Amino acid sequence: MAELTELGISEARDLLAKGALSSRELTESHISAMAESSALNAMVTETPEIALAMADASDERRAKGGSGALEGIPLAIKDLFCTKGVLTTAGSHILDGFRPPYESTVTANLWQAGAVMLGKTNMDEFAMGSSNETSYYGAVQNPWRRHGDNRALVPGGSSGGSATAVSGRFAMGATATDTGGSIRQPASFTGTVGCKPTYGRCSRWGVVAFASSLDQAGPITRSVRDNAIMLGAMAGYDPKDATSANVALPDFEAALTGDARGLKIGVPKEYVLDGMPGEIEALWQRGIGWLRAAGAEIIDISLPHTKYALPTYYIVAPAEASSNLARYDGVRFGLRMPGDDLTEMYENTRAAGFGPEVRRRVLIGTYVLSAGYYDAYYLKAQKVRRLIAQDFRDVFASVDAILTPSTPSAAFAFGDKADDPIAMYLNDVFTVPANLAGLPGISLPAGLSDDGLPLGLQVLAPAFDEETMFRVAGLLEEAAAFNEAPTQWWRSR
Amino acid sequence: MNFNRPERSHMSVDKATVARIAHLARIGVAEEQLRPLAAELSGILQWIEQLNEVDTDAVAPMASVHDEALRWRKDVVDDGGKQAEIIANAPDGVNGFFAVPKVIE
Repeated sequence: MAELTELGISEARDLLAKGALSSRELTESHISAMAESSALNAMVTETPEIALAMADASDERRAKGGSGALEGIPLAIKDLFCTKGVLTTAGSHILDGFRPPYESTVTANLWQAGAVMLGKTNMDEFAMGSSNETSYYGAVQNPWRRHGDNRALVPGGSSGGSATAVSGRFAMGATATDTGGSIRQPASFTGTVGCKPTYGRCSRWGVVAFASSLDQAGPITRSVRDNAIMLGAMAGYDPKDATSANVALPDFEAALTGDARGLKIGVPKEYVLDGMPGEIEALWQRGIGWLRAAGAEIIDISLPHTKYALPTYYIVAPAEASSNLARYDGVRFGLRMPGDDLTEMYENTRAAGFGPEVRRRVLIGTYVLSAGYYDAYYLKAQKVRRLIAQDFRDVFASVDAILTPSTPSAAFAFGDKADDPIAMYLNDVFTVPANLAGLPGISLPAGLSDDGLPLGLQVLAPAFDEETMFRVAGLLEEAAAFNEAPTQWWRSR
Repeated sequence: MNFNRPERSHMSVDKATVARIAHLARIGVAEEQLRPLAAELSGILQWIEQLNEVDTDAVAPMASVHDEALRWRKDVVDDGGKQAEIIANAPDGVNGFFAVPKVIE
């Protein structure tokens, strides 16, 4: 048998079901691949003992005839999900030593489905970043490198560790979260499949909050089918999250019909950027051609407020973050720096505990919410947000899904954009609108750049229509036939 | 689409404003960091000001895409008795309480 770490979730599921493979074997192979991955810095915490105990328990359940949707499948968990008794850092110094006394709903759902936890993945601090350079635990390296060029590249962010663990073949899938593109952008940069479902599809309970009206959990995997399987296990109504949607949970895998007949695909003219690399435009055109050839109808559409999505996001998200991050006060958990009085203790703790990007966003958020600026910034952004959401509502009256590039470029090198916050923010230009409108979106690898890096296409669908999103993504995946993988240069064998 | 970025011609946020919002946010900022932070925040806010091009006079603000009313639940205690678990992560937990520097003289 080829290396077990090359198996996809659906392939492993079938081998496990046939008794040709045990979860113990599958998990051990991933644990050793993870142990050899330290050069990538994708993991904050590895939990091999927990993984083996969960794998053995899974094999026992299977022997007794019990089997969940992810029975025996080893996964990595973004370090934003609270895991009971296991260090949970959100990539921040301020959560030093925090061991949650409870389990997030999404991870509890995964364990209920039989999945195995390999460890916790590195990420931008509090999910604020698009390159994984803001983590207190150091940057993650992209498994991919340009042809003939050994320079380290960023994996994207904020779910850079999750994307790297899946791309680097040491996790079969990984949980991630997406507030402005933090699943889809790193998936695009690492040649993986990343889906942000509809706002409300996955419970936010037990997920460290960044911007509560935008945050949504989703899976990163190596195929669209694996993504559909994993999302099905993560999602579902949860009374503990007031914004969790009490709607039926479809069989997402069954949506992969391979049938394009009757599909209307929108192509938004506003996603053509000045100065966008020719290879991104060419990739997009190839994707349009594939869907047309499969029998879909391509329709030119307009989303007129697209250019205002990023500035709207950079008011709404920091405003919500400044409120959410008020809880890090050195009193109840994590880091405390002493001070002469309570206020000084707060100020010293938060100065030492937050990195520069988090500080920048908390200050921006505080400013736009403060007296005298609230109407000019925050209220204005909330109004533009409605116009952006309305743009999508209008076009979904006439199309079933929208096709766009995932990112305006391939992965870049460390430090390329770290000194210019706005250049970094522009990474999320194609992904942010779906967060503001609460819509499901998926990025899948569709080709390589001229210098050999993966490039992604994004499919957006109406709220709670992940089935159409997966159906279109499945068609693109089949046509793209992307089977490139990074050479595993980091492994010490 | 075009992402013309504004010239950084004026500072919309000055040092005193940074000091004020940093205090509101309870983040200690050293004096020598105030000016660079003011420049950074001004750059971001000037970029954001392109929203003023959009006519929003007749638009209602949107706080969330979740448009359902909040659900009611029974007004009952369904959890609790977890003092030790709650205190376990505290940097300074004393006798089942969170301890902080003295507040009342």
